[in-house]
Amino acid sequence: MALTGVEIFKLLPKTNCKKCGFPTCLAFAMKLAQRQASLDACPDVSEEAKKILGEASAPPIRPITFGTGDKAVKMGEETVLFRHEKKFVNPTVFALEIKDTEADDVIEAKINDVVTSEINRVGQLLRVDSICITNESGDAGKFAALAEKVAQKAPDVPVIVATESPEAAEAAIKPFSGKNAILYGVTDANADKMVEIAKANKAIVGAKADGLEALSALTEKIKSTGVEDIVMDSGARKASELLEHNTYIRRAALKKSFKPLGYPVINFVQRDDSMFEALIAGLGVTKYASIVVLSSAEKWKNLALFTLRQNIYTDPQVPMQVEQKIYKIGEPTPDSPLIITTNFSLTYFIVSGEVENAKVPAYLAVMDCEGLSVLTAWAAGKFTGSKIANFIKESGIENEINHRELIIPGYVAILSGAIEEKLEGWKVTVGPREANALPAFLRSRAA
Amino acid sequence: MAFVAPKETFAGKVFPVTIGTENEQTFGGENTLPFHAFEGEVPNRPLIAYEIQDVPPEDWPETVRKVYDAVGDDPVKWAKFCQDELKAKAIALRLIGTHPDNKDLSADDAAKTVSDVLGAVNVPLIILGSNHVEKDSEVLVKVAEVAKGKNCVIGKAQEANYKTIAAAAMANGHKLIAMSELDINLSKQLNILITQMGFEKERLITDPMCSALGYGLEYTYSVMERIRLAALAQNDPVMQPPMMADVGMYVWKIKETQASEETLPEWGGLEERAIMWEAMTASSLMLSGAEFLVMRHPKAVELVERFVDELMG
Ligand code: B12
Ligand code: SF4
Repeated sequence: MALTGVEIFKLLPKTNCKKCGFPTCLAFAMKLAQRQASLDACPDVSEEAKKILGEASAPPIRPITFGTGDKAVKMGEETVLFRHEKKFVNPTVFALEIKDTEADDVIEAKINDVVTSEINRVGQLLRVDSICITNESGDAGKFAALAEKVAQKAPDVPVIVATESPEAAEAAIKPFSGKNAILYGVTDANADKMVEIAKANKAIVGAKADGLEALSALTEKIKSTGVEDIVMDSGARKASELLEHNTYIRRAALKKSFKPLGYPVINFVQRDDSMFEALIAGLGVTKYASIVVLSSAEKWKNLALFTLRQNIYTDPQVPMQVEQKIYKIGEPTPDSPLIITTNFSLTYFIVSGEVENAKVPAYLAVMDCEGLSVLTAWAAGKFTGSKIANFIKESGIENEINHRELIIPGYVAILSGAIEEKLEGWKVTVGPREANALPAFLRSRAA
Repeated sequence: MAFVAPKETFAGKVFPVTIGTENEQTFGGENTLPFHAFEGEVPNRPLIAYEIQDVPPEDWPETVRKVYDAVGDDPVKWAKFCQDELKAKAIALRLIGTHPDNKDLSADDAAKTVSDVLGAVNVPLIILGSNHVEKDSEVLVKVAEVAKGKNCVIGKAQEANYKTIAAAAMANGHKLIAMSELDINLSKQLNILITQMGFEKERLITDPMCSALGYGLEYTYSVMERIRLAALAQNDPVMQPPMMADVGMYVWKIKETQASEETLPEWGGLEERAIMWEAMTASSLMLSGAEFLVMRHPKAVELVERFVDELMG
């Protein structure tokens, strides 16, 4: 837990020398407590005080970057238990497990699933972030061969090397040395050797224990060797255990400042039935997992999981929004229809999708309403006749089209008079209420 | 530093609600967050009801409509199919045909359907209107009478029509769904208004309004979490009825449950995707507090029941 001003004051030199820019050490301490000043400003603070204050001010769940380059992902840094309190920070990482006992074609197909998993949803690029290679065979040579193949075919994808054998770890971690990989399978029994291998290859340590007490002891032990970056597996596999452990870990870190559990969590959710596995993975997404390891990555499953992750990790205060502008759908000509909507991502995504479906080229005018949906924006006074008129005039669309007709959403039919009044020479046409009626509506007009 | 489990216990508790007469079902009753049996009591599973309609499911997408091909033309056959073949624990009959934009069926038509269905099945029945504020207050009053003594759930009462519907539910011994639109304050206010009429809060079910995965799920998810925290941590009795998620209706109208793999190859197979969508919406909302769900696809129901098994086991 963060220290109070008085607690911090006790650790300062108490000379009131003003070098920090504050009149007294106490004033400086108060600012530090509010995180409005940095300890560096005091030149005389002792090393011991620095250490204590540094630890107290560290985020309760350690931020860790997994992988390097464009495909690196961030984990940890979470600050709340419930998303309405504040945005969840770093979205759950999806990792696809590949076992070294799987047939070559299966391995290739899985690597391909990961490499081609990227899709765009509501303007965000989403993908299966990582590959987890598992030493199922127990054979170090086989494991190293799999590692080699993954490194070659999926060069930038962050990798988890999963084995409890130091020999296998040593052999397979090589291609990922220096790439912020995770060496998972570090237990109380093998910690000494495994931590050395992780250190030598600049890998994150993936600690594995049976239960939260053992896990706490293990992370402390690992930390005492100078390792800072750890991800944790409590051994939970069943849904009830995953929920219990993940909840206790998050609470212990945030509410009790319990440092031994202040690291990102990895959940293994593999099941025989892929659909059922997706639900367990969903539990990880909603309930505090930083990494979820899957056994398969079908496109339909990815879409559902990506969407859930996107929903849970959006900012509860700021709706997702798109840029205000006139979007061209298809290749519109000066005679193509002009349609207006608001800039809430979801609204834009649905409406533009349906206009595309219609296969009628069109201009889609997307107006900035602070990311609110059509009806919400209307109710909030942000989607009004005069604001729409201004937006249309200022957009310059009048120079691009021959006609003067604006199609508005059916739910705000009531606005048509007000718009016509403010937009001289224009005619307003009320479209259908639901966007899925747009294709039929646009096609019947084009015919 | 030794680990001590940071358990949290609460003063408040969710009311248990029991519905039906012969094969009663109870949901709610927990004094802890969803499935947190490790620190509180979770006496009951969430209840999933199969949705059926008074008119054929013409606007249901192919993936789910085909399940009911042989029975969808008759609500009685449909209900029996759900009970006998699908082993439904409860059935939710939506009187969508009464909507003026649908078949505009009369309250009497609806009453007949309800009494036929009640005669044919013995699992608890949930009777839902068409969500047309005026028409529902006519239709639901009538069907509540027909179902008198059957301990059904009647819904949904909204701010604009709760008076007549709540009075009818009260007079005929039913439970009542109170629906507001994704706002904890509106939800609380409606529950207060209904209880001020003399309707017992222990007989209410709160519907904070559902939304599908990808289509506002996060709003429903967070409103549910907030309502549940108000019930448990603030021990606010008006927020203590169990919560409903009307999943099927919201899921089976969006594109992800309809677009073919040919048109959108990057979305993968339609069958799995659509079922996944309903199951994932339901399981996520259970984790945020829903303990009474209305769903459509048997495979999705099966998956979610299995999910509950693993969470409660
Ligand atoms: C989620 C929500 C919110 C969220 C905001 C989410 C957001 N980013 O907009 C929050 C909680 C912040 C909110 C706030 C408010 N809300 Co609100 N909100 C909703 C809710 C539940 C869903 C809105 C939504 O996301 N819809 C989905 C999007 C995709 O819909 P859409 O943009 O309308 O697009 C559809 C169609 O319009 C059409 N379409 C869109 N563009 C076009 C264009 C053309 C040409 C065509 C043909 C079709 C078309 O396609 C889409 C899909 O079919 C609705 C109730 C409901 N079920 O609709 C109430 C609702 C919109 N809100 C309402 C109100 C009153 C408000 C508030 C003023 C008061 C309040 N209750 O707090 C505030 C105002 C906000 C502010 N001051 O900042 C009312 C509006 C009443 C009315 N009829 O005017 C509603 C209807 C609820 C109600 N019945 O009370 N709200
Ligand atoms: S510089 Fe350090 S010692 Fe000097 S007043 Fe500031 S806090 Fe105190």
